[in-house]
Amino acid sequence: MLIELQGIVKDYRLGLEIVHALNGIDIRIDQNEYVAIMGPSGSGKSTLMNLIGCLDTPTEGTYFLNGSNVSHMDDDQLAEIRNREIGFVFQNFNLLPRASALHNVELPLIYNGTPASQRRDLAEEALIKVGLKDRMGHRPNELSGGQRQRVAVARALVNKPSIILADEPTGNLDTRTGDEIMDLFEDLHDGGNTIILVTHEEYIAEHSDRIIRLRDGRVERDESN
Amino acid sequence: MQFRESVFIALDVIRNHKMRSFLTLLGVIIGVMSIIGMQSLIEGFQKNIRHQMEQLGASVFQVQKFPVQFGQQDREKYRNRKDLTWDHARVIEQYCTAVAQVGPEAWQWGIMAKYRDRRTGPANHLAGGVPAFFPNNGYFIEAGRALSDTDIQHNRQVAVIGQDILEKLFPYENPIGEHIIVDGRRYQVIGTLEKSGSAFGESQDNRIVIPLSTFLKFYGQNRSLNITVLAASPELMDTAIEQVIGVLRAVRKVPPGEPNDFEIFSSESLIETFDNMTRAVRIGAIVIVSFALLVAGIGIMNIMLVSIRERKREIGIRMAIGARRRDILFQFLVEAVFLSEIGGILGILAGVGIGQLVALVSPVPASIPVFTIVLGFVFCSLVGLVFGVYPAAKASGLDPIESLRYE
Ligand SMILES: Nc1ncnc2c1ncn2[C@@H]1O[C@H](COP(=O)(O)OP(=O)(O)OP(=O)(O)O)[C@@H](O)[C@H]1O
Ligand SMILES: [Mg+2]
Repeated sequence: MLIELQGIVKDYRLGLEIVHALNGIDIRIDQNEYVAIMGPSGSGKSTLMNLIGCLDTPTEGTYFLNGSNVSHMDDDQLAEIRNREIGFVFQNFNLLPRASALHNVELPLIYNGTPASQRRDLAEEALIKVGLKDRMGHRPNELSGGQRQRVAVARALVNKPSIILADEPTGNLDTRTGDEIMDLFEDLHDGGNTIILVTHEEYIAEHSDRIIRLRDGRVERDESN
Repeated sequence: MQFRESVFIALDVIRNHKMRSFLTLLGVIIGVMSIIGMQSLIEGFQKNIRHQMEQLGASVFQVQKFPVQFGQQDREKYRNRKDLTWDHARVIEQYCTAVAQVGPEAWQWGIMAKYRDRRTGPANHLAGGVPAFFPNNGYFIEAGRALSDTDIQHNRQVAVIGQDILEKLFPYENPIGEHIIVDGRRYQVIGTLEKSGSAFGESQDNRIVIPLSTFLKFYGQNRSLNITVLAASPELMDTAIEQVIGVLRAVRKVPPGEPNDFEIFSSESLIETFDNMTRAVRIGAIVIVSFALLVAGIGIMNIMLVSIRERKREIGIRMAIGARRRDILFQFLVEAVFLSEIGGILGILAGVGIGQLVALVSPVPASIPVFTIVLGFVFCSLVGLVFGVYPAAKASGLDPIESLRYE
């Protein structure tokens, strides 16, 4: 089992009030699954993604990734997992505005000590894969939304992680460019990656093999597509 | 590789915030600039003095009534000392076996010389001397001859002139045998001095030397002479000084246990005096500049905190793709140190420039103070490091999710 969540609770404290963002989540996801997470706004989708992506730790419950207990890891180990095992794609791209596409894609390699010469080759390879061969030197503000998201996808896959996490990756794109990004995910899935994506759109969720629906921090439904 | 990335980011940030970075760095720049500028002048001075002293020779010393520097309240004390006389010089010559030559001399500062319709400026000096004047002061005859014992015996009105005088009064003609006028009296030029350059920012070539006897006749007997003494050899320098002190104390009847009622200067003791004088200035300046740099460091800390707030999202992105806390810490530390070092380098360039500029437009010499430059650079790096730690630690402690959400 690749991902195993048991009794996950995530609380946020807002002044005196405690917000239960996640309220006891049990999910198991296998290698090379393609999962869509859906649910109304505020149901805890992003919170769940952040936990799976090791950007955050749960208040209660245990999380096994590849058989090791993530809940017991320190900051450095979590950073290493984010770097090697996980590729993030965000709704608002989250690229460094002043760095070129190439440099943005190189970043994950910088943090795991890949030598500069290899870094460039790997980053170019990733950008070619997402169809941006002739846009490598451009900065994010010189690219269209769809192109920016392609850069983000290239950055997510440059380290060849096993899991791609995408939180509303098409949320800021029109239908056609959104479809192009979805095609990229399709390719990655065919290439053996595990893909988990959050979306509000049924037609986007159609691409997946399995849809998990959240409501009020709980799994409402979990069914294959 | 992480280092290169950090330097790249630091450069990028500075490039994108030129004005802000410059203003932040102004403190560092001014601090470093002033210390380097001052130091280049002090060191230039020092080199120059050393050079002069060496020219004077390692085996020459001087006896004078007054010390080099004395405060107002000490003036009376020194003024009451007995004058140094020609007789004192004769006694030294007679009894001090380690002494080769003794040259009593007297000076009249700020005189003007004339030849026909030409005249020098008012800032030249007239010396009364004996034949020993020339070797003891490191002067060499270029043309003609030096003063002779006969010149002295007969109070002759003859003069040996320096290069400045020569250029002013005799641009075309041979001066030897011509008559110049100083303070209304005629002197026949018998020789010229080789060029000897400048010391303390003042030319050494603006001198006219006449026989001491003639000088005293015209300018008065009631003055204390300076006595230059050439030891028989550099090794005998200390012995010669001891002998001179002993003889003078005896002749001037200084009771045992009392301090000397005259001053002895050797090139060594003068260099020491100058070093002591400038040491206080230097230490004072270093203290002040240290404070300036500390204040500048606080400026750097402030700008780093502002920068981190602005780049919270960038920090979040880096963390999301695998930057460890120490990577972020390192990045911002490098940035702070780099920023401070750029200020340091600008300050060093400005300081050296100012030193050279002052040297160019004034007679004050300047040198490039290598040690201070290295010290200044290291100190800047330290300031960046020390004041970068807190902001960097703050950046590395940020929560990745909160940072990613930050707009
Ligand atoms: N840092 C936080 N502090 C306090 N409450 C938070 C925090 N992050 C999330 N929450 C709360 O947790 C709940 C779940 O938020 P989450 O962002 O996971 O929702 P979501 O399903 O992603 O919503 P959307 O579809 O609008 O993105 C919400 O009620 C939200 O207000
Ligand atoms: Mg969300």
